[in-house]
Amino acid sequence: MQYLFYFFAAISIISALMVVSARSPINSVIALIVCFLSIAGHYILLNAQFLAVVHIIVYTGAIMVLFLFVIMLLNLNQRTEPQKKLMTRIAAVVAGGAFLLTLLGATRQGLQIAAVNPEDASVGLVGHVGMALFKDYLLPFEVSSVLFLSAMVGAMMLGKKEKATA
Amino acid sequence: MSATFQPLTQRSRVVSDKKMTFLERIYLPAILKGMSITLKHFFFVKKVSLRYPEVEKPRSAIYRGHHVLKRDDQGRERCTACGLCAVACPAEAITMIAGERKKGEESVYREEKYATVYEINMLRCIFCGDCEDACPKEAIFLTDRIVEADYLRKPFVFGKNELVEPMEKSKRIDVSKRQTPDVLKFKEQRQYSHNR
Amino acid sequence: MLYTFIFLSVLLLITLGVAAYETYAERKVAAFMQDRIGPDRAGPFGLFQPLADGVKMFMKEDFVPSTANKKLYFMGPAIAMTTALLTGVVIPWGGTLHFGGEAYSLQGADPGIGILYIFAMVSIGVYGIMLGGWASNNKYALYGAIRAASQMVSYELAMGMSIVALVMTTGTLSLSGIVNGQLDGTWNVFVQPLGVLLFITCAFAECNRAPFDLPECETELVGGYHTEFSSMKLGFYLFAEYVNMFISSAVISSLYFGGYDIPFVDQTGMASNLVVILGTLAFFAKVCFFIFLFMWIRWTLPRFRYDQLMNLGWKKLIPLAILNILITGGYMVFNGQVKL
Repeated sequence: MQYLFYFFAAISIISALMVVSARSPINSVIALIVCFLSIAGHYILLNAQFLAVVHIIVYTGAIMVLFLFVIMLLNLNQRTEPQKKLMTRIAAVVAGGAFLLTLLGATRQGLQIAAVNPEDASVGLVGHVGMALFKDYLLPFEVSSVLFLSAMVGAMMLGKKEKATA
Repeated sequence: MSATFQPLTQRSRVVSDKKMTFLERIYLPAILKGMSITLKHFFFVKKVSLRYPEVEKPRSAIYRGHHVLKRDDQGRERCTACGLCAVACPAEAITMIAGERKKGEESVYREEKYATVYEINMLRCIFCGDCEDACPKEAIFLTDRIVEADYLRKPFVFGKNELVEPMEKSKRIDVSKRQTPDVLKFKEQRQYSHNR
Repeated sequence: MLYTFIFLSVLLLITLGVAAYETYAERKVAAFMQDRIGPDRAGPFGLFQPLADGVKMFMKEDFVPSTANKKLYFMGPAIAMTTALLTGVVIPWGGTLHFGGEAYSLQGADPGIGILYIFAMVSIGVYGIMLGGWASNNKYALYGAIRAASQMVSYELAMGMSIVALVMTTGTLSLSGIVNGQLDGTWNVFVQPLGVLLFITCAFAECNRAPFDLPECETELVGGYHTEFSSMKLGFYLFAEYVNMFISSAVISSLYFGGYDIPFVDQTGMASNLVVILGTLAFFAKVCFFIFLFMWIRWTLPRFRYDQLMNLGWKKLIPLAILNILITGGYMVFNGQVKL
C-alpha cells in the first residue's frame, strides 16, 4: 500500500510539473489527465471509491475532454504562443514564489488537518457520501446545485445569438 | 405543356417535408417496422448468392466467351488466314500471320493458305462476335467458356495453343448452339460471296 | 489471489474471442439481412474467418504518417483497447461456485460503485479516439475525433440519468447487487421500461455504432478518426469497438434483463453449482441476443445527421430521462418505499 502511495504521489507530482512546463498545450492537457488519474488512485488508496470514480467521470471524462476539444479546434502552436518579456517572467516567478511561501506558512501555523474518523474505513464509500450530502449537508448541497443552474443559464444567455437589431 | 409524368412502378412515393406527427417524431414505430423487414430477410428470404467456383450462374446458350478456332470433320484447321475477322474486329484485338501449306500438310490445314500465327488479345476483345459473323470459312466461333483471370497481362494474348480446338473427336468443342435459326438461314443465302 | 488471476486471464481471452467472432457474426448478419451468404471460405461456414482477418491485419504495412504526432498516434489505439478491456472486470458473469468448501465468484471484482466504474472507463475510452484522431494530422480524422468527443459527452449524460432511476429502485450501485435484486424474476426491464429504452439508445451512441456511428462514418469522413491508421493499430480500434459492444450487451443484460437469472430455476431443485453454470450460459445467451440487436439495428437504420443526433440526445433523451426519474421517485413516494 505504501509503495502504491509513493508511486501515485510521484506520478501526480511529475505530471503536475509537466502540465506547467510542457511546450505544447496538448501535452499539457494530457499531463493534467494523468495527474487527475493518479489523484483518483490516491482516493482509492483512501478507500474513497465513489470520490475516485466521480473524479474520473467528471474531471477526466468530461471536463478534460472539453479542454482537449477546444485546444484541438484552436490548433495552438509555438508561433501563436504569447512570448512575455524577461522582466514580466521574473516578476511572475517572484510573485508566485511569494504566494507559495505565504500558503506554506499559513498551513504550518494555522491549519490543523486531522482525519475525521481514522478508524472507520468505510467513510468514503458511496453510502456514507450519500448520507453526508443528503442528510448532514443538504442545504449547502442544494444551494450549490442552484449555483450550477444559474451558471448554466448564464452560459446559455452568453452563447445565444443576439437578435438582429439593425 | 402540361404533360405529367406517369410513374413507372407502383412503388414511387411523393417526397415531402411536412411536419412529422408525434408517432413519426418518436421514431420507434418506424424503427420497429424497419427491424421487422430486416428480420424477415434474415430468416426467410432466399439468399441470392452463388458459391461461384462450385456453382456457376447459368449462361445463355449463345453466350459469347472464349473463342475457338474450329477444325473440320477430318481434323483440319478451317482458318485460311484471310484476315476478315481482324478487319471486322472493332477492338483491333486480332492479329495473324499467313503461311503457305507445304506438301504433306494436307491433313492438317484445309486450305492452301493457313495462319501460322493467330493471336487474340483478350484484354482488348469486347466479345461482340463480329469476327464470327465475318468469317467465311466457319472457322472462328465464340463459346460459352469463360476467359479465366490471371495475375499478368501477357497470358491474356491467346495464341493458337489456346484457340484451336483439340484434334480428338471427343474433345471437340460444340458450337451448334451458336448456329441459331437466323444464322443458318443467312448461311443458306448463296447470293452473298461470304457464303460461297 | 491465484484464482482471481486465472479468472481474469480467462475473462480476457473470452472477451477477445467474443470480439473476434463478433466481426464474423457482423459480416454474416449483414449478409443474411441483405440476402447474401457472407464469408464461407475459411473453414466450415467460414468459421476461421476471424483468424484470416487477424493474419491479414498483422501482415499489412504499419504505416505512420510523417506529419503525425508519433507518441499520441501510438497512444490512441492503446488507450482505446485498454479501457475497453478493463470494463469487463466488474460484470457479474455468474453466481458463486462452491468446490470443496471454497467459494469461487464468477465476478472479477465487486466494488460498491460497479456501474460508475464502467462509466468512468467509457469516459476515458473517448481519449483513445480523440488523441488518435487528432494525432493523425488529417482533417477527416480530426472531424471524427471531435464528433466522437461531443457525442460521447452528450450521451453519457442521458445514460447516467437513465441509470439514476434504476439505482433509485434497486438502492445499490454494485452490479452484483443489482443482479441479485432481480433473482426473484422481477427483471428491471419490467420496472423501468422507459429506462431500458434510453439506456440501450445511449449504449449505441457510446459504442459509436450505427445509427450513431458519426465519428467513423465511411460515407462522409473516409474512416473518421481511424482514417490514417493501418495494420494492427486499425485492428485495435476496430477490436475495441467490438469489445465495447460485448461489454455493453453484458451491462444491458445485467442491469435490466436479470443478468445470470433464469426464471423459475430455483423451483427445479437442481444442484447449486449446476444452477450457477446454467446461469452463466443464460447470461451469455442474453449477451448474444443484445449483440445481435446491435447488428440488427446497424443493418436496418440509416445514420443520423449530426444535428439530429444532438437534438435527440439533448432535447429528447435527457428530458425523458429526467421525466423517468420523476415518475420513479413519485411512484416510490406514493408506494411508501421512501418517507419524505
